Amino acid sequence: MDDLLSEFLTETSESLDVVDVELVKFEQEPNNAQILDNVFRLVHTIKGTCGFLGLPRLEALAHAGESLMGKFRDGAPVTQEAVSLILKSIDRIKEILAELGNTGAEPEGSDEDLISELDRMSEEGARAIAGDVPAEAASESAPAAESEAEPAGEEAAGEGELVYQVLERPLKPGEVSLDELERAFMEAEGPDLTAPPPAEAAAPVEVKKAEAKAEPKAKAAKGEAPVQQASLRVNVETLEHLITMVSELVLTRNQLLEIVRRHEDSEFKVPLQRLSNVTAELQEGVMKTRMQPIGNAWQKLPRIVRDLAQELHKDIELEMIGAETELDRQVLELIKDPLTHMVRNSADHGLESTDDRVAKGKSAKGLIRLSAYHEGGHIIISIADDGRGLNAAKIRQKVVEKGLATEAELEKMSESQIQRFIFNAGFSTAQTVTSVSGRGVGMDVVRTNIELIGGNIDLKSVQGEGTTFTIKIPLTLAIVSALIVECAGQRLAIPQLAVVELVRAQSNSEHRIERIKDTPVLRLRNKLLPLMSMREILGMDAGPDVETMMESEDEESGFIVVMQVGGNIFGVVVDGVFHTEEIVVKPMSTMLRNISTFSGNTILGDGSVIMILDPNGVANMFSADVVEAVTKDAADTEDRGNARELTSLLLFTAGSEEPKAVPLSLVTRLEEIPAENIERSNGRLLVQYRGSLMPLVFVNDQVQLRETGTQPMLVFSDMGRSMGLVIDRIVDIVEDELKIEVQSALPGILGSAVIKGHATEIIDVGHFLPMAFDDWLTRREMSKESLHKSIMLVDDSPFFRNMLSPVLKSAGYAVKTYNNGREALEALEAGEEYDLIVSDIEMPEMNGFELAERIRANKAYSSVPVIALSSHNAPAAIERGRQAGFLDFVAKFDRQGLLASISEIREQKTGAAA
Amino acid sequence: MSDAMIQDESTGDNREYITAMIGKQLFGMPIDEVHDVFIPQNMTPVPHARSDIAGVLNLRGRIVTAIDMRRKLGLPDREDGAVPMAVGIEFKGESYGLIIDQVGEVMRLQPSSVEATPANLDPAWAGIANGVCRLEGQLMVLLDVEKILAMSTETMAA
Repeated sequence: MDDLLSEFLTETSESLDVVDVELVKFEQEPNNAQILDNVFRLVHTIKGTCGFLGLPRLEALAHAGESLMGKFRDGAPVTQEAVSLILKSIDRIKEILAELGNTGAEPEGSDEDLISELDRMSEEGARAIAGDVPAEAASESAPAAESEAEPAGEEAAGEGELVYQVLERPLKPGEVSLDELERAFMEAEGPDLTAPPPAEAAAPVEVKKAEAKAEPKAKAAKGEAPVQQASLRVNVETLEHLITMVSELVLTRNQLLEIVRRHEDSEFKVPLQRLSNVTAELQEGVMKTRMQPIGNAWQKLPRIVRDLAQELHKDIELEMIGAETELDRQVLELIKDPLTHMVRNSADHGLESTDDRVAKGKSAKGLIRLSAYHEGGHIIISIADDGRGLNAAKIRQKVVEKGLATEAELEKMSESQIQRFIFNAGFSTAQTVTSVSGRGVGMDVVRTNIELIGGNIDLKSVQGEGTTFTIKIPLTLAIVSALIVECAGQRLAIPQLAVVELVRAQSNSEHRIERIKDTPVLRLRNKLLPLMSMREILGMDAGPDVETMMESEDEESGFIVVMQVGGNIFGVVVDGVFHTEEIVVKPMSTMLRNISTFSGNTILGDGSVIMILDPNGVANMFSADVVEAVTKDAADTEDRGNARELTSLLLFTAGSEEPKAVPLSLVTRLEEIPAENIERSNGRLLVQYRGSLMPLVFVNDQVQLRETGTQPMLVFSDMGRSMGLVIDRIVDIVEDELKIEVQSALPGILGSAVIKGHATEIIDVGHFLPMAFDDWLTRREMSKESLHKSIMLVDDSPFFRNMLSPVLKSAGYAVKTYNNGREALEALEAGEEYDLIVSDIEMPEMNGFELAERIRANKAYSSVPVIALSSHNAPAAIERGRQAGFLDFVAKFDRQGLLASISEIREQKTGAAA
Repeated sequence: MSDAMIQDESTGDNREYITAMIGKQLFGMPIDEVHDVFIPQNMTPVPHARSDIAGVLNLRGRIVTAIDMRRKLGLPDREDGAVPMAVGIEFKGESYGLIIDQVGEVMRLQPSSVEATPANLDPAWAGIANGVCRLEGQLMVLLDVEKILAMSTETMAA
């Protein structure tokens, strides 16, 4: 491809991008003559150059578009239809240009469809002007126009095409030569047949307006001229090479400085200092050449939003702030797509339909605000919309559906933590897949792309008010500021972007490393920070070695690098911290690139190579544990049917160091209440909790209420009431078999079980509930018919027997419990009579299914309804249960559900009997 | 030193090889693929990397990924404390160093003296060998540099 053509392609594609933006602006402000002038000039230049280069297809199309815009300039009404058509023509021009770039020649094909449409509109425009113009000309620019119209009109007499050239010339002094050339070209070729007759008809009118504006335009153009001459196009490759070389120079300089530092009075010192300064300046200068305003990445957005708005029938305003903020062009390229995707998302999912907005009392026009600014070596980009915000309930549902977290885990999460799930792979909240945001590409891809360039993304969303995404990315990828740390004799670089602060933990200071089970944590300003040893991250000492290592040294002290990646904050324990250094990031070889712990490597001033830690990789290590737990949980659930029955248990300590446990599903929330919020009233301890007073109950007398800091407690809620059980410390959440081996005589303790290898006291929640509210278990309405009815409760777990019998008793039933199906059946065979049987499924000797079948088989008691208690509600199990003869399935912890089911079955029975 | 050799690239049938000892075996590598020979110093181990990756080091401002050929070939680690050598190669624009025991001489081989690798050779060896050359008194295994690196990168991807 010859130079002229490639130059033309670069220039034209840039101009077209500008046209896109300008046209969208113009559509919104049809009366802004300056915007129209801009567009007109750009299209005109394209047309002119095409003619010069002998590209007839492009030229004809550009010409037709220009004619229509000419009509706008003359006052023809600007319709959305017309702008759409011009935009469509520009898309076609881009297509042809792309082909031109690939093959060096215009592709075959006809644009007659677009041209005829454009011509038709020009004609319509001309007719409209014919009606308007006389009045307008008389009232507005009559004197100026008339005086100029005469000569120009004469010149234009021959043909429409030339008129444009003549008229444009005074408008663009900087480009006169091109016009001249074009004119020469046109004259040589003879009259241009593509010029439509309407243009000729309109020519005199154009003259008036154009001439009238000529003077101010010319001035503006003069102002621009020197700028154009001062800039120079440089091949990107040349720049890249320069930057690489400067990077090398920086490294070499650092090495030299290191050497000189060792020799106290070196004669190199002074010249080296100068070299150092020059290098720094050179580096800065070269880096500047890579800097581009972020607006370049935004250029296509107005057009995209406009098209989207039309497609979705929404009214959308795109506001762009800080378009001049500069960043490295490499980074710019990389964030272009994620940004576009996010703006699309905001328009498609974020903003409500116009009707919905109006119904909610919002302005009909939805706003998407893009802003960018610098902050400490990074650039912050935010994309905000004033739309519906994220629907937390929907996200929760989806998270559970997809198995990303369990309900219990979600319970402990804050709203914003839940919202961040949208960054997880395969997550899309829109229920319908539209053509706009498509399928498969979600926020996870956006997050991945941003993390690839060492950035991070976060979001804030208020339901009904809108969503704001915030992206933090480094200004440049080539050189980053990094903290050099040491671990096990090795140095490592941690990108400063991720480092929040450094904490020195010592056993006798306020910051010390504490442990929950084996997990180290740090208390930092009233928050618990999960910690991980750098050795662990590097996989140096895995497993028990970490323990011995940590214990052999001082297990409560160390340097902690507090890092933040997205919403995750965590600490990494290192052996030593050196200093911050500007490092030149070098990619790792292909052979090492699969190691997610590192993002690259670099050469330090002393010549040694060190690895650069990838904060995202480390953050994933922290969450990988969670993922593992979840998958393990899922696997457990699957084989639960034929294996041990596992219960999620919350381990805690209260009063003594011995662990205590309570089934997690009974606990509504885990809370840490500031000690000063605990109030004393009428001899009882109370806290204000979610708008009402919650009484506090102690597990035993040994538990001391904290006077400072926060007081951990377990919250139990039932029937709209809550109770706080004060404990010392939450230890862990584990999955284990709940098998009470030693019964307890102590009130409030059901007995002891072996949980994860330790003897653990299982507390009896039923004992504490009445301590908070005397009537907790008795205040339920007792229906008359329920009185003196007897229920047989069959469960092999003493815990559930102990938990459920008071519930049933308090509802007015007489309850007798049995350990398994065989015992229950023996009792029935012995002639005991019950109105209802509630049975567990998983039991030794005779399981629930068999029991139900046997009951159904015996006429003496086959009419007694049987309800199944089950911890798994798999459809297959339910079906199996129905076949066996169970009337209903109730989850083990669903006390209310059990009562409801019992009374429902009783009602049916009485109804049937009557 | 290597530059001169590279320029002296053989033409026609003869190819020049640089010989290296790894364990008790003599190996040969085409000299036009070898950029330099150096003593690996200040090696930084890379956590989580495969065992045959000895680490990364700085060679005149370039970061070189060093591959321990003994491990690659399934041989025991060096115990004698002798200083190992490394052969620098370029592969797809990246610098690698193959750590070997000793560098020998440069020799020109007749293609006729090269035979295919024996079918019963250890697969770990056969996978990176290009053939065997009958020299006087001993055999020389010809290493295929591309295979060594391609295999390593592929296994990583798998």
